[in-house]
Formats: sequence, structure tokens, C-alpha cells
Amino acid sequence: MASRLEAPATVPGQAAQTGVRCDGVTRRFGDLAALQDVTLSAAPGEVVAVVGPSGCGKSTLLDLVCGLQTPDAGTVAGERAVLMPQRDGLLPWLGALDNAGLPLRLAGAPKAQARDRAHALLAELGLAGFEDARTWELSGGMRQRVAVARTLLAGAPVLCLDEPFGALDAITRGELQGWLAGVLAREPRTVLLVTHDVEEAALLADRVVVLSPRPGRVVAEVAVTAPRPRQPTDAAVADARGAALRALRAAMEAER
Amino acid sequence: MAALVLVVALLGGWEAYARLSGIDSFILPAPTEVASSLWDDRSLLWSNLLVTAQEVVLGLLLALAAGVLLAIALHLWRPVRRAVYPLLVGTQAVPIVTVAPLLAAWFGFGLLPKLVVVALVCFFPIVVTTLDGLASIDPDQDKLLRTLGASRAQRFRWLEAPAALPAALSGAKIAVAVGGIAAVFAEYAGSEDGLGHLLLQSIPQLETARAWAAVLVLAALALACFFALALAERRLAPWAHRRKDSTA
Repeated sequence: MASRLEAPATVPGQAAQTGVRCDGVTRRFGDLAALQDVTLSAAPGEVVAVVGPSGCGKSTLLDLVCGLQTPDAGTVAGERAVLMPQRDGLLPWLGALDNAGLPLRLAGAPKAQARDRAHALLAELGLAGFEDARTWELSGGMRQRVAVARTLLAGAPVLCLDEPFGALDAITRGELQGWLAGVLAREPRTVLLVTHDVEEAALLADRVVVLSPRPGRVVAEVAVTAPRPRQPTDAAVADARGAALRALRAAMEAER
Repeated sequence: MAALVLVVALLGGWEAYARLSGIDSFILPAPTEVASSLWDDRSLLWSNLLVTAQEVVLGLLLALAAGVLLAIALHLWRPVRRAVYPLLVGTQAVPIVTVAPLLAAWFGFGLLPKLVVVALVCFFPIVVTTLDGLASIDPDQDKLLRTLGASRAQRFRWLEAPAALPAALSGAKIAVAVGGIAAVFAEYAGSEDGLGHLLLQSIPQLETARAWAAVLVLAALALACFFALALAERRLAPWAHRRKDSTA
């Protein structure tokens, strides 16, 4: 139990340091195939973005990695992954501090200890002064930050972020993308980031995986080599964005 | 304000009709007569109110405890739900008016048969709303708890129970409105005090104004219980009044 409370990040020399690996994964819902023969991996500490049109099975992929669903074919292997659902999933009966500390409570930590650690992390993430806020007093951007803090405190080596900023306005989204890049620089984790925003993918990820329309298949992988911190205007970011967009367009054309 | 105008107009119309139509005051007393009875019989009304209030409040608490526990059992064990739910709906078809004397014969003339009748009437809306509350959790939040490795008990404690709390209190608000009527029927079936007993006595004694006053006091009791529950809901489940959370 205690080991779950420790921030895991990367423990060198441990055999289990595999990140995430999906091999030939197919998932069907009745006659409908959501994912078909998807193979992708994320090395420990790597940020992999998954982009694709709506309904291409991106969320299903994260469910599979987090063990919430099982594939109909293929294998999913890797370290413990924790999901940040599309909407923040904050519990309205808990304040910001207790929402962030929820994973610790679920792992059996006493209330005071969970609060102490949540308090420290929220301060570190620039959320000092909001600890006592009720969830409905927080703006959309603040809610997402608390949700990210909660996801980090789960202490899993793999984070699955499902369109974390999809519901936010463009300005807040840009701000939070920069913020998340900073958080990941400070707290390196293996990240699977599902998004429909190609620019977000190019800004945050080491590698962008492009999925086709349903059933989702991997149609391209684009490595983003731009150094960090990145700006949307960086040439390497713009190149990666362009390459991913072209692949996405080609996949959509092929479908017609 | 509009409500106040309406009430004044209705009372005025009633007063005018009672005075001008020449109707006997033991058939329809004027509002002023009811008001004076309210004042003259205040100690009588008060002591009977205390009896009925005790029956309603304790009966409601009993219904809350039983209703919430039953809802939890039905929620957690699907076979129990399939077996018990139809039976539960069936119990609501039993005319409580006719059963109340049987309960009085069974449990005697004390407080207990009244509590049983009030609780029988009140617990159904509480079971239904609580059961709905337990089932209508946010799927995203459920996903989140699963991915955080929450056990079944933990999902109940952190997600389902708090989500159902405002629903249970809403059920109690519905229940308390009929709880007063149930208490009156229970007192009709056999009692030496309470507002229902007072009603039952006043009418053959042609003390119609007093009967109306008792009805008013009964209504005030229901209102007071309703607002107390609404207040409890605001204090215990403040999120239920924030629309932002359901849309964000």
C-alpha cells in the first residue's frame, strides 16, 4: 500500500519499466468495430499524443490501457495507468483539496496525510489559495488543473488524459497547455494524450499517433523533435502539426 | 406578493360568502371565526399539535431510516430488487385508512401504531427517489473511481452515497406532505389526543371553526417540516443547487 503513495516516475533498473504497449488491439461493440489492429507504444517517460476524428475509438483506447475494458483481440501490456476522464470528473461533495487527494484516500491514506500531500502538490502546481474552494466556485481551467493534480497523486507511472482541455475556450486552453508542459517537465510520467487538436498534440507530445475514422487504425506516426519549452510558432512544432494534419486528411479522404 | 394578494382575495371572498349567504356557521365558519378559534383554543391546539408533531417527525425519521436502508439493499443486490420492488409498489395500493384500525388493534393505542402508519405512508417516496439517486451517478465519475482502483465499498462511499443524499431528502420532502394526513388517519383509528383526534371530536360537537383551526395547524406543521428538510438539504448537500456542476 505504501508504495502506491510514493511518486513512482522512473525507478532505474526495474524490469517492469515498460511504459505502455498495445499489440494488434481490436475492440468491437456488437457489429461495430471501434478499434482495429492498433499497435502503439509509449516508452517510459514518453508523451504520446493520439489524434483522430471523433468516434475513432480514442477514448476506448484509453479505457483499454487503464484496464476498464478488455480487447477482443490483441494484447495490452504495461504499467499501472490512471485515467483522467474527458470531463474533469471532480466530485462536487468534495472541495478542491479533497478532490485532488482522493486517490490517496482510496489507497487507504488517512485524511490528514492525503490533505497534506494534496496541499503541497496544489501549491507546486500554482493552485495555492484554491484548496478550500468548492468545485462549483472553480473556473473550467482551474477544475482541469485540480483534475490533473488528482491524476498525478494517483501515483501511477502512466497517465491517460482524455481530451483534457477539449471543453475549454481557446485562450484558457493555450494557457493550460503551457501549464501542463511545465507540470510534465517537473513530474515526468509516461503519458497517453488523446486529443482532436493537432496543435495541442504537436505542442505537448514526443510523438503523435494518427488514427483513421472508425474503426480506428494507426495511419501515421509523427515524431516531434522540437526542444522544450515549445511555442505553437516554433518551426519544428508547425512541421509536426502539418505532417499530422496531412495524415489525418488523407485518412479521412480515403474513407469517402 | 402576488400570492399574498390571492390569499387576501380568497379569504375576503370566503368571509363575504359566509356572512352574506346566511349559511350556518357550523357548516362553514367565516375566516374570522376560524381565527378567533385559533386564538381561543390555542392551548388545546398546541397540546394536540405536540402529539401529532411527534408522530409525524418520528414516523418520518423511521421512514427515512427504513427507506434508505431498503433502497441501498435493492441497489446493491439486483435479485433482491427484482423480488421486492413489485411487492413494494403493491403495498402502496393498500388503503392505509382501512388498515390503520387493524394496526391499532395489533399495536395498541399508544404512539407505536401511529409511527407505523406514518412510516408506511412516508417510506415509499423515499425508497423510490433514493434508489434513483443511487443509480443516476455520473458515468465519468464512476470511470474515474474505477481507474483509481476503488473497491465496490469505496465506490459506494465516495460516489453513490453522496450522489443519492439530495435525492433521499427530496423523497422525504414529498413524504412529509402526506405524513400529516397519515398521522390524522392513525389518530382516527384510535387515539385520545392529537390534531386528528381533535378534528374527529370537533365535528360532531359542531365546533366547525375549531376543526378548521386544527386543519390550519396541521398545514403549518407540514410546512414547517418541509422547510426544515429543505434547509437540511441546503446544509448537507449544497452541490445539489449548483447547476454548474452538472453541466461543466
